[in-house]
Amino acid sequence: MSTLETAEHPEGLRRIVIDPLSRVEGHGKVTLLMDDQHQVLQARLHIVEFRGFERFIQGRPYWELPVLVQRLCGICPVSHHLAAAKAVDQLVGVDTLTPTAEKLRRLLHLGQILQSHALHFFHLSSPDLLFGFGSDLQRRNIVGVLEAYPKIAMQGVTLRKYGQEVIRVITGKRVHGTGALPGGMNKSLTIEDIRYLREGIQEAVRFAQGAVELSKTLFQTHREQHASFALIHSNFMSLIRDDGALDLYHGGLRVKDAQGGMLLDHVDYRTYTDLIREEVRPWTYMKFPYLIALGKEAGWYRVGPLARINNASFIDTPLAEAARKEFMLEGAGGPVQSTLAFHWARMIEALHAAEGIERDLQDGDLMGPDLLVQGEKRFEGIGVIEAPRGTLFHHYVINEDDLVVKANLIVSTTSNNQAMNESIRQVAATYLHGQEPHEGLLNHLEVAIRAYDPCLSCATHALGKMPLELEILNEEGALINRFKRSA
Amino acid sequence: MTPSVLIVGVGNPSRGDDALGPLLIEQLETLWTQEQKGAPGGIELLTDFQLQIEHALDLLNRSLVLFVDAHVDCLAPFELTFIQSQTNRSVSTHALSPAAVLKVFEDLHQVISPPAFQLGLCAESFELGESLSPKARLHLEAALDEVLWLCQHPDPNAWKSRCRSVPPPHV
Repeated sequence: MSTLETAEHPEGLRRIVIDPLSRVEGHGKVTLLMDDQHQVLQARLHIVEFRGFERFIQGRPYWELPVLVQRLCGICPVSHHLAAAKAVDQLVGVDTLTPTAEKLRRLLHLGQILQSHALHFFHLSSPDLLFGFGSDLQRRNIVGVLEAYPKIAMQGVTLRKYGQEVIRVITGKRVHGTGALPGGMNKSLTIEDIRYLREGIQEAVRFAQGAVELSKTLFQTHREQHASFALIHSNFMSLIRDDGALDLYHGGLRVKDAQGGMLLDHVDYRTYTDLIREEVRPWTYMKFPYLIALGKEAGWYRVGPLARINNASFIDTPLAEAARKEFMLEGAGGPVQSTLAFHWARMIEALHAAEGIERDLQDGDLMGPDLLVQGEKRFEGIGVIEAPRGTLFHHYVINEDDLVVKANLIVSTTSNNQAMNESIRQVAATYLHGQEPHEGLLNHLEVAIRAYDPCLSCATHALGKMPLELEILNEEGALINRFKRSA
Repeated sequence: MTPSVLIVGVGNPSRGDDALGPLLIEQLETLWTQEQKGAPGGIELLTDFQLQIEHALDLLNRSLVLFVDAHVDCLAPFELTFIQSQTNRSVSTHALSPAAVLKVFEDLHQVISPPAFQLGLCAESFELGESLSPKARLHLEAALDEVLWLCQHPDPNAWKSRCRSVPPPHV
């Protein structure tokens, strides 16, 4: 782990705050402590809101959970919906769904992956990648992309919209829909639904292919910078299918070390409490998960697209598999560790999602009548899914009255907490050391964080609630300058 | 055919007063269902957690758009504002402002956005799992009457006449 987590003598150091971070979901901030020579002695990513997810869930009847948990996050409600549904399946004693129900859930999940990845790459990250990390702030946003690269921007909006339509058709609504029920799904698709979704899928595959090419080209064109930017060496965790294929909906846990050696494979995720522990540190609300076997110092890991592509033995859709093989060449036989390679990996997954939707829309089981399975009640359920940002754990314990008495959630951004902190420390040490900070330089820190697509979710964005504030204080802690922007 | 008036309620129903936008839409739906006539012709209702780039696509072929959202900095009980497209900080976030959605619309389609208004309902509390605050409940009641009036007068000039003031677009 980096030595920049805690300065030896923080007193008297200049403190710089980026609060909140832009183009990430939710409310987080970065603080830097610098000395008179602009040497960075401490860099931290803080989560400043206590989220209280577990408290929100406790006391509720279990059958409400798949719908209720969608409200935890405005960005990936479907992921919470499906992770909760998988946990609740176990509470009703169901281990295997009907083919129709499982295929509907998988299709729903692919729609979510596609729309989420498209939003992140085209809207939130492409401005940095296309214009440069320190380029003109006024242009470095989606509107700038729309003006300079209208075709690319339109493709991003179209992909996002298509993914949203998959969700709407399956759940009945764009948000707050009801798709999954305990033990299955509430409705199958009609032939009209399938025809409607088929109309746009070829275009979506084509645009996703273009996105893979674009992300690859951006990485390779700027390889010297992109390969080393925010570079850290970590373990990687993800779900994996029985045969080693990338599987975003279900599988066993696989963990590889920084050299690509297998640490865990095909582990039943219901044993996660034996594998993972979460450390609390006093300066942030977000915990730091680590593998118990490796300990706090060496046991942290990354999740999400980079972890999944590194961990997968193959992808079962042809275009994404070809893209994966090309991607893995960057790792020269080991995992790809470049933090900015997240974007490329993310677009490979978007392509896989589009191809997967196209394939699944040929499957008549989506229209099948058998939607629900029943079983014997159990008192504990654990659901795990690969959400767009990484492995998502939902764990519930219920009582005789079917009320939740214990809940534990590990969201993917929490799993990436140590990695994001390590990444900004690497950037601080490389780019900010000895420099007078300015917006373009500070954006480099945000670029590193943004690569993870963190969801620091509050799912609350009332008008007037999202200021961006940057404070610069002198050695005595007095405010020298403050920049504030509203959203 | 696309209904010419779009009303978008924005917010998270489980985040205290953030629920004001979706609740107002829900009340309109309930009211019109009880009257057994559905939404008046030419009006479409929509809710979402937050505004995003794809909402620019929802504005196509509209003659009038109303964004309804909780607002922490407006006059109680609500404030109706005429808005125009603008690039602001929200274009860099997961949650666009209504003015930024209009801007994305114009850049995407290369046409002027439809006349759009923002109904900000005065809000104060946003904790996860909380219900509406007592004040927000009153504001919702008042805003519902206002929106019903607006629905009966789907004309930009009529809506402008209801704006308390015409402050600059939300930035």
